[in-house]
Amino acid sequence: MSAAPAEVDLPRSADNPVSDKPWVTIVWNDPVNLMSYVTYVFQHVFGYPKKKATKLMLDVHHKGKAVVAAGAREAMERNVEVLHGYGLWATVKQDK
Amino acid sequence: MEPFRSVRGGGARAWLAAAEASLLRSLVGQIMALVEPEESAVIIDPDPARPAGPRDAAEDAELAALEAMVHGPGADSPPDDPVLARLLPDGYRDDPESAGEFRKYTEPALRSAKYAAAQEMLDTLPDDGGRIQLTADQALSWLKALNDVRLALGVRLGVTEEFEEQWSRLKPDDPQWTAYEVYAWLGAVQESLVQALH
Repeated sequence: MSAAPAEVDLPRSADNPVSDKPWVTIVWNDPVNLMSYVTYVFQHVFGYPKKKATKLMLDVHHKGKAVVAAGAREAMERNVEVLHGYGLWATVKQDK
Repeated sequence: MEPFRSVRGGGARAWLAAAEASLLRSLVGQIMALVEPEESAVIIDPDPARPAGPRDAAEDAELAALEAMVHGPGADSPPDDPVLARLLPDGYRDDPESAGEFRKYTEPALRSAKYAAAQEMLDTLPDDGGRIQLTADQALSWLKALNDVRLALGVRLGVTEEFEEQWSRLKPDDPQWTAYEVYAWLGAVQESLVQALH
């Protein structure tokens, strides 16, 4: 028997060191969040211009969801964490 | 209430009646109790009227310590309470393993962030109502905290996209009527703050 290391979880990147499929941040439609608020959050969090933020908000509203960002898994997880802080319903997914 | 207006240099200002301030205080306080990290929540006696000897306190502390140990960095499954599950949602869909991992590492910080935003809102909310003047940062905390209150109320009321229709079907003496009215008012307050910051 040996003492377990303090950190038993490997960093995320070690799970999947090589992958060419990008990861995405998805925002899902929600009956509570105000349209103006969702647009504001997209502008504030991602620095998107109002036009792009509004289009994404309308996609969420009409299509039920929208991909609002793409990139490395860690960055997408960070996005989702921030969006949850704003009360938006966001998830991470590997694009297929 | 006088709705929020922009302030030169960022931020926003508004005016609230005493009853409105007290309503906000109560609602935001409920969110704080909900999102408070579980370890400390266990120590708080849920029923202060119950006579609690020193032994109970010690037991509670033991339980809390045990729970903290079992939970480790954070829970890895969604909360049972639908309101809490909406405030602290899964970070992955149809992937319970990734969702659990994500929750383990992010939920404690998310709880703290929501708690801090609510606290900042309370700190800038005058006890007896009146004039409210917010910096841009404080306004952001208000937006988040107001939104969490609306999410909680929305889940409890089962609000859908057809909120106005749902509300209009209720009779004024329906026990839920007041909650609908409060929900609509909170939406108007938040909307005016978003517009003031835009």
